Amino acid sequence: MTKDMPRSEPAIPMVQVRNLHKSFTLHTQGGIELSVLSATDLTVSAGECVALMGPSGAGKSTVLRCLYGNYLPQAGAILIRHKGHMINLVGAEPRNVLAIRRETLGYVSQFLRVIPRIPAIDLICEPLVTLGADPEAAREKAAALLTRLRIPERHWSLAPATFSGGEQQRINIARTMVVDYPVLLLDEPTASLDAENRHTVIDLILEARERGAAIVGIFHDAEVRDAVCSAQYHVAVPADSDESSMKADEMNSDDRQDLAG
Amino acid sequence: MSSTEEILDQPLLRVTNLTKSYGGNAACRDVSFDLWPGEILAVVGESGSGKTTLLKCISAQLACDDGRIEYLMRDGILRDIHGLSEAERRFLMRTDWGFVHQNPRDGLRMRVSAGANIAERMIAVGGRNYGKIRGTAEDWMDQVELDPGRVDHQPGTFSGGMQQRLQIARNLVTHPRLVFMDEPTGGLDVSVQARLLDLLRSLVNKMQLSAVLVTHDLAVARLLSHRIMVMQGGEVIETGLTDQVLDDPQHPYSQMLVSSILPV
Repeated sequence: MTKDMPRSEPAIPMVQVRNLHKSFTLHTQGGIELSVLSATDLTVSAGECVALMGPSGAGKSTVLRCLYGNYLPQAGAILIRHKGHMINLVGAEPRNVLAIRRETLGYVSQFLRVIPRIPAIDLICEPLVTLGADPEAAREKAAALLTRLRIPERHWSLAPATFSGGEQQRINIARTMVVDYPVLLLDEPTASLDAENRHTVIDLILEARERGAAIVGIFHDAEVRDAVCSAQYHVAVPADSDESSMKADEMNSDDRQDLAG
Repeated sequence: MSSTEEILDQPLLRVTNLTKSYGGNAACRDVSFDLWPGEILAVVGESGSGKTTLLKCISAQLACDDGRIEYLMRDGILRDIHGLSEAERRFLMRTDWGFVHQNPRDGLRMRVSAGANIAERMIAVGGRNYGKIRGTAEDWMDQVELDPGRVDHQPGTFSGGMQQRLQIARNLVTHPRLVFMDEPTGGLDVSVQARLLDLLRSLVNKMQLSAVLVTHDLAVARLLSHRIMVMQGGEVIETGLTDQVLDDPQHPYSQMLVSSILPV
């Protein structure tokens, strides 16, 4: 892994993945077992941005979902620096995972999934307000982000359910970037954005690195990747898996049953 | 559990090996869990899985055959709720706890006004000033999106969704620390359900409520809860972070439940 530290201080590891294994047992499909990750090892320090590389189906999104505590790995460790201590997410109590998510881990998913029917600006303020920020200050910060991401002001008070795909993605990005999380997980944050907004997101990611955030991301767009990343990590399809054409990226519980066909 | 606080080392509710049978059939077998302050726990499973029996036992409405149910009293001590005196238990149920029934008619007094329904719990905790009580009742009607101008109307003149919102106001007016909810959006039209869910979500966030929420609707669980407990045949078969259990269910039965959601 190449390194390109912007500063000369010793690297502070923020994320350490050790020997991570993840497979899915499809009980509703005759108990088929799909091995997606085996022996994944990865370290990301403050100020670094590591791009996960590999063909579709290699398990890139699965790595991110494990790092967020959304998928349950079978073995290995995921250490996240939370309030100065390296804490293992694997096997952590749900309330501790939630505390780590609230303060340390920001995650931009590919799609805005669960959309409570509340105004876009409130949706963006929410993570900051939960952290105890003054609601007025949180609103100002959210408004600044919405402006930078070119969401017209007349949309701010609307629920994002009816927004276009690109607008929803920007709301999703704003909801994460509104908090200065020490660790950011980005799953194709620019996938459905136009050039202008793509550049704004590049700027936001670079600003996050500048303040010392450790970032792990999936960036299919080479321009974005070259602009923001300091290193690459190749996610390999496990040798024992004959499911290399499987789209583990998009695999979730809803379509898992379709996989075995 | 707010960010500024240290992670508390005492659960609000601790259930240990709870068992309850009806004539030899175990409705709940060996159920154990902790509920932490500020946490919303969803109990999911199909009809007959024992989730409502569990809710009734832990809210002291039903005696259990075996096991312990301890609640963190305001003095910071965990006490077995079945060891409390009747007066202590009644006090808990009227002030510290709330119970939102699936059918609002089970949780409301249908023959007194909306305002009186909300006032009842205020009076139970010592409210005596009529003007103040009326003002608070109107304020709560407003918070649950009911027209305060209808404070003197009986709940029977309200729609099902409005009755459910009134039931929620009646429960939350004393700022309970723990709310039990049994399919709170169960009998409502989808559009009314959505609005009620948004309201509940904002209220639990604002009031930092802890709650045990029984539902068979996984979408309700995803929107409102932090943690999920899946029950089947009276036993807990899987428990974990809500999004983890829904996105990466481990147990065959949980996988079946999740994969049974009809796509829209």
